[in-house]
Amino acid sequence: MLSHIAILMENQPGALSRVVGLFSQRGYNIDSLSVAPTQDPTLSRLTMTTSENSEIINQILRQLFKLVDVVMVQNLTEAEAYSIELAIIKLIAPQEKVEQIISKANNLEGKILNEQDGHTMFEIWGDSADIDTLLASLKDEEFLEVTRSGLLGMTKGNVALNTNDQTKISYE
Amino acid sequence: MTSGGEALIRALSDEKIDIIFGYPGGAALHIYDAIYQQDKVQHILVRHEQAAVHAADGFARATGKTGVALVTSGPGATNAITGIATAYMDSIPLVVISGQVASHLIGTDAFQETDMIGISRPIVKHSFLVQSAEEIPAIVKKAFHIASSGRPGPVVIDVPKDMTDPKVEFEYKFPKDLYLRSYPILGKADPTEVSDAVKMLKAAKKPVIYSGGGVIQSDASEELVNLSKMIGAPVTNTLMGLGAFPATDNQFIGMLGMHGTYEANMVMSEADLIFNVGARFDDRITNNPKKFGLEAKKIHIDSDPSSIDKIINVDVALQGDAKLVLSQLCKEFENSKLKNTDLKPWWGQINEWKEKHGLNHNMLNLENQKDIILPQQVIQSLYKVTKGKAFITSDVGQHQMFAAQYYKFDEPRKWINSGGLGTMGFGLPSAMGVKFAFPDADVACVTGEGSIQMCIQELSTCSQYGLPVKIINLNNRALGMVKQWQDMQYGGRYSSISYEDSLPDFVKLAESFGHVGLKVEKFSELNEAMEEAFSLKDKLVFLDVLIDPDEHVYPMLEAGGSMSEMRISKKDKTF
Ligand SMILES: Cc1ncc(C[n+]2csc(CCOP(=O)(O)OP(=O)(O)O)c2C)c(N)n1
Ligand SMILES: [Mg+2]
Repeated sequence: MLSHIAILMENQPGALSRVVGLFSQRGYNIDSLSVAPTQDPTLSRLTMTTSENSEIINQILRQLFKLVDVVMVQNLTEAEAYSIELAIIKLIAPQEKVEQIISKANNLEGKILNEQDGHTMFEIWGDSADIDTLLASLKDEEFLEVTRSGLLGMTKGNVALNTNDQTKISYE
Repeated sequence: MTSGGEALIRALSDEKIDIIFGYPGGAALHIYDAIYQQDKVQHILVRHEQAAVHAADGFARATGKTGVALVTSGPGATNAITGIATAYMDSIPLVVISGQVASHLIGTDAFQETDMIGISRPIVKHSFLVQSAEEIPAIVKKAFHIASSGRPGPVVIDVPKDMTDPKVEFEYKFPKDLYLRSYPILGKADPTEVSDAVKMLKAAKKPVIYSGGGVIQSDASEELVNLSKMIGAPVTNTLMGLGAFPATDNQFIGMLGMHGTYEANMVMSEADLIFNVGARFDDRITNNPKKFGLEAKKIHIDSDPSSIDKIINVDVALQGDAKLVLSQLCKEFENSKLKNTDLKPWWGQINEWKEKHGLNHNMLNLENQKDIILPQQVIQSLYKVTKGKAFITSDVGQHQMFAAQYYKFDEPRKWINSGGLGTMGFGLPSAMGVKFAFPDADVACVTGEGSIQMCIQELSTCSQYGLPVKIINLNNRALGMVKQWQDMQYGGRYSSISYEDSLPDFVKLAESFGHVGLKVEKFSELNEAMEEAFSLKDKLVFLDVLIDPDEHVYPMLEAGGSMSEMRISKKDKTF
């Protein structure tokens, strides 16, 4: 099963490489990863999916939290959370054909972005597994390119991944 | 007004650091100029950056304070890496400051540029790249806090040359308070877990206390002893934990694990309760984790939550600082109305094991002793002459295991060795760090002729600063530990473990640096030479002891087996 982890971390040079490095160093797999700054420009939010088993996930969460740059970690898989992935796909096909593909895609929503010389680009969003299914159904000779956001997610209700917590270090 | 270089040194002094170990070079020259112009922080010039870090590390292990090393960029930084990894594996608080090429040159493959933050990333607790000179005091303060708190570890501060430029000045401010976002330090453990633990400890018929380096890190020896006395259970220490519980105490059953005592490993495999205090179920202890403690309940105290359930799943996890958690347990144990279980039958069994295959600590009195010297006897002689009170640093190999088995450490911080990384070359430079911290104490480095040659250049540093450490070289003319494995697992095919006739004359070598060299070839000369070495108070003595080259370290756990599957001697095994 895919696990979904959200991480709030310092927006510092090197912070991302510490998180990614932890995975390679300890032999964990990352399936998808997305990262961007938050409302507070000193913090970044990172969302990742991994297919490791639950015991390893517990280790991963603890190891992540141990990184000084990591401020908070959330296991979205275990929480009541909303998640979504977006993909942009380019096909060698006319717009009308792509519109049909979008309308037939199971559980996904999408729209055409642009058509140029018989190349049609469209965006589509929904469950990662449904995007997988759609991609698998495309004809090889029509397919040109895909980029995926990785799974994004957020818990429902009042639980939130943000913090003003500061540990005060005083001498004396 | 101060420059970045001055601010760096002043901040070290504000952190109460008065000694650092290092080696200069281009990118660090502004810093070295700042060192020259003050006298609060003394700089010790080593002969190789690896030794600078090991010396700072030895200083830290012996004192409990944070050690500091300073190196230049590029090769200086890469030479420091082995030292940093050594400290990381053993959770030793260090701050390592590396020069870096000027900010505008970073990323251009400039002369002596290396990505120190990147190279050191997997072996540091944290690292900082200085991006503005004014931040230096705050970074230093954060670095010391991170290095020394929670589960300690090395922190790197990479300082681009322009950050220490003497022409750029600013007002020096050492922050009084600092804020770190989400850096929790565990204190006491959850009280319900504490009372669960006490119930289990009281009910156990065959408990064992297995304690590690965490007890030393948190200065919790006294609390460990108190609780152990209340419980009355046998206590075993890991290689990193030796000295945390007094080795001469009746409840002590020796070290456990790979080369642990027969009784300690038997106790671990037969116990019905394993109480881990500040150790990490390392593979040198558990042997095959699938066969580890199958019959036992487990309690684990650790300050690092990621150590819990990492290798062995436990019944009660006491997340917190060992000192505080042990005090909680003591209180709870005292107040508990539950009856203690009678441990006499358990001790009966343990004493039987001890009798059967326990270590012989009396080998100096062996009958029909030939004139060949056994390595165990050298350690026993060292123990006798230093009355068990010396700081012993060690290198890596058979000699390290003999020292761990036969020098009975009664106090914490006296046994200083590279347990996690197993770094040959650690012994001599770490002994220098200890000697700087405790100039009046006996400091001995137990080494082998292989290991000592990995940092032998430091004999020169010892001579420059007058460091009378004693080097006890267990010379078996081979990379003994490798040879032992080749004997046991590769049909005695000795691949690359001999130096043929190329070993130096260690006596002359020591003398060439102005030290004293003594060679011991016969058992009858051993004690006298050892006494002479320690009577020369202000001299470094290199005691080159030619020992039996065929001796193996026993007991030894059988690879892939349980903790009761041991080889006891060349002929005997338990499985
Ligand atoms: C830097 C380093 N390289 C290689 C090893 C592997 N190794 C472990 S013990 C050992 C032999 C050590 O020989 P010596 O110092 O003479 O000690 P002895 O085992 O003979 O007592 C070697 C090569 C190591 N631990 N560290
Ligand atoms: Mg040797």
